[in-house]
Amino acid sequence: MEFETSKQDGFVVLKVKGRMDAVTAPEFEAKCGEFIDAGDTAFVVDLSGLEYISSAGLRSILATAKKLKAKDGKLVFANLAGMVQEVFSISGFTAMFKVFDTIDDAVAKG
Amino acid sequence: MTDALRLPADTANLEQFREFALSRMEQWELPFALAPKLELVLEELLVNVCSYAYGDGDGDVELSLSAEDGALTLLIRDWGRPYDPLTTQEPDLTLDVEERGIGGLGVHFVRQMAREVSYRRDNEANELTVVLAADAPPGD
Repeated sequence: MEFETSKQDGFVVLKVKGRMDAVTAPEFEAKCGEFIDAGDTAFVVDLSGLEYISSAGLRSILATAKKLKAKDGKLVFANLAGMVQEVFSISGFTAMFKVFDTIDDAVAKG
Repeated sequence: MTDALRLPADTANLEQFREFALSRMEQWELPFALAPKLELVLEELLVNVCSYAYGDGDGDVELSLSAEDGALTLLIRDWGRPYDPLTTQEPDLTLDVEERGIGGLGVHFVRQMAREVSYRRDNEANELTVVLAADAPPGD
């Protein structure tokens, strides 16, 4: 998994690339953890570059979400496509999280 | 067309199973749309076996693949303690972030992606059979 990060209007914009599977998923939680430890509590996760996600990936996202919830933080998603969108949908994650079509939308409305 | 791969049940071998399965899929000219379903079902089921089948001990897991009429059948076999993943309780998908867990989600995905799924205990082995077909949309 690879990450590109930037800041936009108070949000950490985290672009995730590659695969979020049983082997790589802990990297996501660790990456978000670095920002949370530094005091950031609002995240837009851009999944346009994510090719694949399994329940292990969702576990990592949920663990991060729980951490942020405890801090009154935000975790929203943008640019879901293909199998990632399908997995979000059949797991109920699309209903549980705010999901936007673009990063700008996510930052404005998230 | 049929082929099988047997390796120690360790998540370090997931990539090898994945490459094996995807290469057979391509070789047998199955529809490309099957690939994400295959990857997801395979990972969820193999991770279960690697995590639970043998407790703290070691053992193997075998993946047998066969293709017929554009459908792909996966047979995943382990020789660990008897366990039918299809008895796993369906997860509650309506809970919010605080109450939500991930337990049961892997098996839920398998049910959603598969045209057919069945379990049997045979000769000291757990056998889970999953049929994937490109024409079965998720949730169908």
